[in-house]
Amino acid sequence: MRIALFITCVNDTLYPDTGRAVVRLLERLGHEVVFPEAQTCCGQMHYNTGYRRDAQRLAVRFVTTFADTGADAVLAPSASCAAMIRDNYPRLAEEGSRLARATAELAPRVHDLSELLVDVLGVTDVGAYFPHTVTYHPTCHGLRLLGLGDRPYRLLREVRGLELKELPGAEECCGFGGTFAVKNPDVSAAMGSDKARGIASTGAEVVCAVDNSCLMHIGGTLRRERAGVKTVHLAEILASTEQEPARV
Amino acid sequence: MSSTFIGMPSFPAAARQAVQDAQLRHNLRKATHTIRGKRGEVVGELDDWAELRDAGRAIKDRTLRHLDRYLEQLEEQATGAGATVHWAADAEEANAIVTRLVRATGEREVVKVKSMATQEIGLNEALAQAGITAYETDLAELIVQLSDDFPSHILVPAIHRNRAEIREIFARRMAEWGVPAPDGLSDDPRELAEAARVHLREKFLTAKVAVSGANFAVAETGSLVVLESEGNGRMCLTLPETLISVVGIEKLVPTWADLEVFMQLLPRSSTGERMNPYSSVWTGATPGDGPQDVHLVLLDNGRTDTLADRVGRQALRCIRCSACLNICPVYERSGGHSYGSVYPGPIGAVLTPQLRGVQGSMEASLPYASSLCGACYEVCPVAIDIPEILVHLRERVASGPGHAAERAAMAAAETVLGDHRLLHMAQRAASAARGAVPRRLPGPGAGWTDTRDIPDIPPRPFRDWWREHEKERARGGGSGDAGGRTEHEGGDR
Repeated sequence: MRIALFITCVNDTLYPDTGRAVVRLLERLGHEVVFPEAQTCCGQMHYNTGYRRDAQRLAVRFVTTFADTGADAVLAPSASCAAMIRDNYPRLAEEGSRLARATAELAPRVHDLSELLVDVLGVTDVGAYFPHTVTYHPTCHGLRLLGLGDRPYRLLREVRGLELKELPGAEECCGFGGTFAVKNPDVSAAMGSDKARGIASTGAEVVCAVDNSCLMHIGGTLRRERAGVKTVHLAEILASTEQEPARV
Repeated sequence: MSSTFIGMPSFPAAARQAVQDAQLRHNLRKATHTIRGKRGEVVGELDDWAELRDAGRAIKDRTLRHLDRYLEQLEEQATGAGATVHWAADAEEANAIVTRLVRATGEREVVKVKSMATQEIGLNEALAQAGITAYETDLAELIVQLSDDFPSHILVPAIHRNRAEIREIFARRMAEWGVPAPDGLSDDPRELAEAARVHLREKFLTAKVAVSGANFAVAETGSLVVLESEGNGRMCLTLPETLISVVGIEKLVPTWADLEVFMQLLPRSSTGERMNPYSSVWTGATPGDGPQDVHLVLLDNGRTDTLADRVGRQALRCIRCSACLNICPVYERSGGHSYGSVYPGPIGAVLTPQLRGVQGSMEASLPYASSLCGACYEVCPVAIDIPEILVHLRERVASGPGHAAERAAMAAAETVLGDHRLLHMAQRAASAARGAVPRRLPGPGAGWTDTRDIPDIPPRPFRDWWREHEKERARGGGSGDAGGRTEHEGGDR
């Protein structure tokens, strides 16, 4: 299958390892990955902070960039960005506009990594090897907007060597919320601190999620508290093999 | 809205104090998680909950679409049944009407059924100015009133108090308001409830005038409905001679068949019960039975303006159940007082700025009092998409005064993000400066770095790696990434 990668601006700039892992994983599974170079950002930050016009321009750019890739599916390895496109682009688009038409055509083919693997590619055992204890944090937009359900768990359970630990209060927000983290720093930090405590209580070496922006918040908190737990995107666990194990 | 909250600092400042109050956080966590669990159980046992929720949403939307018609029907039916209907455009008008009605009875005291609408308009304060004392008879409202406090939760106004604090309030203040607390009162819940019962019983038996709100108003018969748990409502609604009910115009349901849906949705979402202990319904005045002088004050107070907004109007579906408060991670840590209104939590964050406008600093800060996690929408029994309204209101606030610097920053970010060449240049500049990023950032960034580390910037962005990878692939080589994870070098999130 031909898959267009929307790396997302956060991954592109701060988490290139996630992108490399996605490419390795999909190529290992025999799929072709294309990367439209004109891509930038889905506009989520602007939209969520109340800057609708800016978000609209970025949305138009996104749908234009990904309209003619000839790909069967678009992968956004960030649940909140995938949700931005699927959930919020229809709200951003004026009725009957070009953006509305392009969104209607494109949005249903935009997937998060766990959806792409489980629903589109029909695979849960991707041949991964990751000999570590892991706990999974279901990020809010993955959980509630995309409805990822148990897909990430199904993928993780098939990883050889991996021991999955249940996270208490898993479905509670980590407190990131984009600009919320700086507009309401005290409440955000209190939420992050509670999340970090839950993670530490599992005894896991690694906390995993499908969204690096939430992991940036969780990781920033864990690191400040010297908790010794690493944050790793699901893609990096699934890309890890006996021959080329991920370094943790 | 009530004058009681004016002068509150804006949400982030108020929340900062609350977050630091360990006792408050403990009380709130315990209380919200308990109700949350009960709600989850009784909602989970219904296999048609999703359909009920859809029906609730649809009935409210239909009612709001034809609100003018249903309001007139309600007025006609209630009047025909012996009630007097009054129309109040705002808080001031509503307070004046109620004050006038109480004065006409010659009474100086009224008993009250717990009511959000009368809190919203600051009725108790208005009555006090006219020399009339209003006695709250709901247990939690009594605690709030006795301690000169503000409610911090819609369903459980004294949720921020634990029983030791309540014992102290009863022992110290009850005597000023009527029957004193018994000597040697302990913080045993049964003893506290008995003290409240004795204290309130005197009010029920002597009051000639009662003031209530209503959970629902049924247009087809002109009936009002109050759901409650303690029986204090039933006392107030049946014993006095005069009954004055202040009801928001969005409380309407067209028919009894519609009401049936909400009789299932509300108790399960609110107290986590299959059915609430007391459901009182009255239709005008019934000769020889209950209050003979019955008034209905229909309150607008910003609701018509809210109805005019295509995105925001869904907030008027709210049935004040509090499920969104009990699930909200922000409410749990900030407490109800931080919202500066009788409507705290997620619903308050969308209701208050709409009812009052976003000119004030508290109102303008409320749409940002959410991480947009979406838990509120998930549990809302009438499917109010609270995150959607929050974002919509942020747009309103961000276009106003005081946001010029943020607007400029956002526009600059959009310029960079709007062109992959500019983005690439910015990424390379960031990578070049990666060793020079301070551990603590100045300005708004300090909000992050005070408590959280910032991520390491990688030596190069993904798109640089991709170019190499493509060349490798074109040459028929491997992945261009022989060593697996080698490049980011410990870049922690």
